[in-house]
Amino acid sequence: MWILIILGGAIVVIVLGPISISGYGNFDYFLTSGLKAGVAIFLVILWIIILSKMKNLVFRKKFNF
Amino acid sequence: MTELIIPAVVSCIVAFFTVYLTTPPLIKFLQKRNYTVKDVNKKENIMIARPGGLSIIAGIIASEIILYAFLQMNEILAVMITTFLAFAIGYVDDRKILGGWFKPVALAIAATPIIFLGAYDSDLAFPLFGEVHIPVLYLAIIIFMIIITGNTINSIDVLNGVASGFMVIASFSLSIALFILQNYEIAIISLPLGFVSLAFYKYHKIPSKIFPGDSGALALGAMYGAIAIVGQIEIIAAIALLPAVINSFLFLSSVKRIVEHRELKSKPVEHTKDFKLKATNDKKAPITLVRLIVASEPLSERQVGYIIFRLAMFSGFLAIISALMMGYKI
Repeated sequence: MWILIILGGAIVVIVLGPISISGYGNFDYFLTSGLKAGVAIFLVILWIIILSKMKNLVFRKKFNF
Repeated sequence: MTELIIPAVVSCIVAFFTVYLTTPPLIKFLQKRNYTVKDVNKKENIMIARPGGLSIIAGIIASEIILYAFLQMNEILAVMITTFLAFAIGYVDDRKILGGWFKPVALAIAATPIIFLGAYDSDLAFPLFGEVHIPVLYLAIIIFMIIITGNTINSIDVLNGVASGFMVIASFSLSIALFILQNYEIAIISLPLGFVSLAFYKYHKIPSKIFPGDSGALALGAMYGAIAIVGQIEIIAAIALLPAVINSFLFLSSVKRIVEHRELKSKPVEHTKDFKLKATNDKKAPITLVRLIVASEPLSERQVGYIIFRLAMFSGFLAIISALMMGYKI
């Protein structure tokens, strides 16, 4: 999980950091924030799915729950 | 740095002794008024005083007021108000049985003083990879941080001494990380959390004389989350809290809804004849950290507690390593 957090940080900094929308005047800030929020939510969902799969694998293999 | 030594020492002494001295009379007061609950992990019918949140919040507020008198920082006010609101939410839940959604929603409101007092920086820092600037998204992180830290500490409060003992390890790890990152003022603001937890652990450790209740657990968790936000070490704080986060994650991913433990029909663990904890075979029962620990063999409450403390120490060590990694950038 620690490694997943570090790797998640890499994705966030590399993917989320540089996102910027321009050409829409006053809406640039809101569109950029909205897109960043969308990408962040997608990454969190992906992170939860990976953790769930790992959890299921561990529990099935070790404890037969 | 040297000018911070006196406020640090005074606030830590006040934090420790306020809890250490007020908890015994609180236990007597609660017992007298019949504010007790059964310790379900004991063979005998033992009733334990609850909630101990009153002495915990007294220690936190007294020590942080002293720090505010010395430092006059908005961050101290934000930590204090958020912690007090979390305590109040927990106290309501201690007195009345409320639905599973009450605490997350109410804790979201408890996080708002951090926003209104402007006691945050909207850059999210990661070890090795630097920072990302997320001004709007960060507001959601503040809200979720308090909800998650409050509820994770509350959800790990299932055995004698575990919540307070776990908090001692996690909060001191957080303080060490803040000192490593040379964020000395917030490090000093964080120290009373460890000393309050340590003093409360004296009475909460097995065999418990008092339980923190939702008021105590939410206050400890929310203060931890608030320090993580004002200290800009959200990721390090999450790492130090990993065993509790895993517990909440396992629970939520197996139950698939937000629900109180008392509402569940299937229990994750049961007792052997010698009153050791063992995992149930009920597939409908939630998966928890304790169930995972006792899955291979039944263990006593004390043994399970020590395993959780070892996990907390390992996570604390990872958090300190992560703080050291903050200095390096790939």
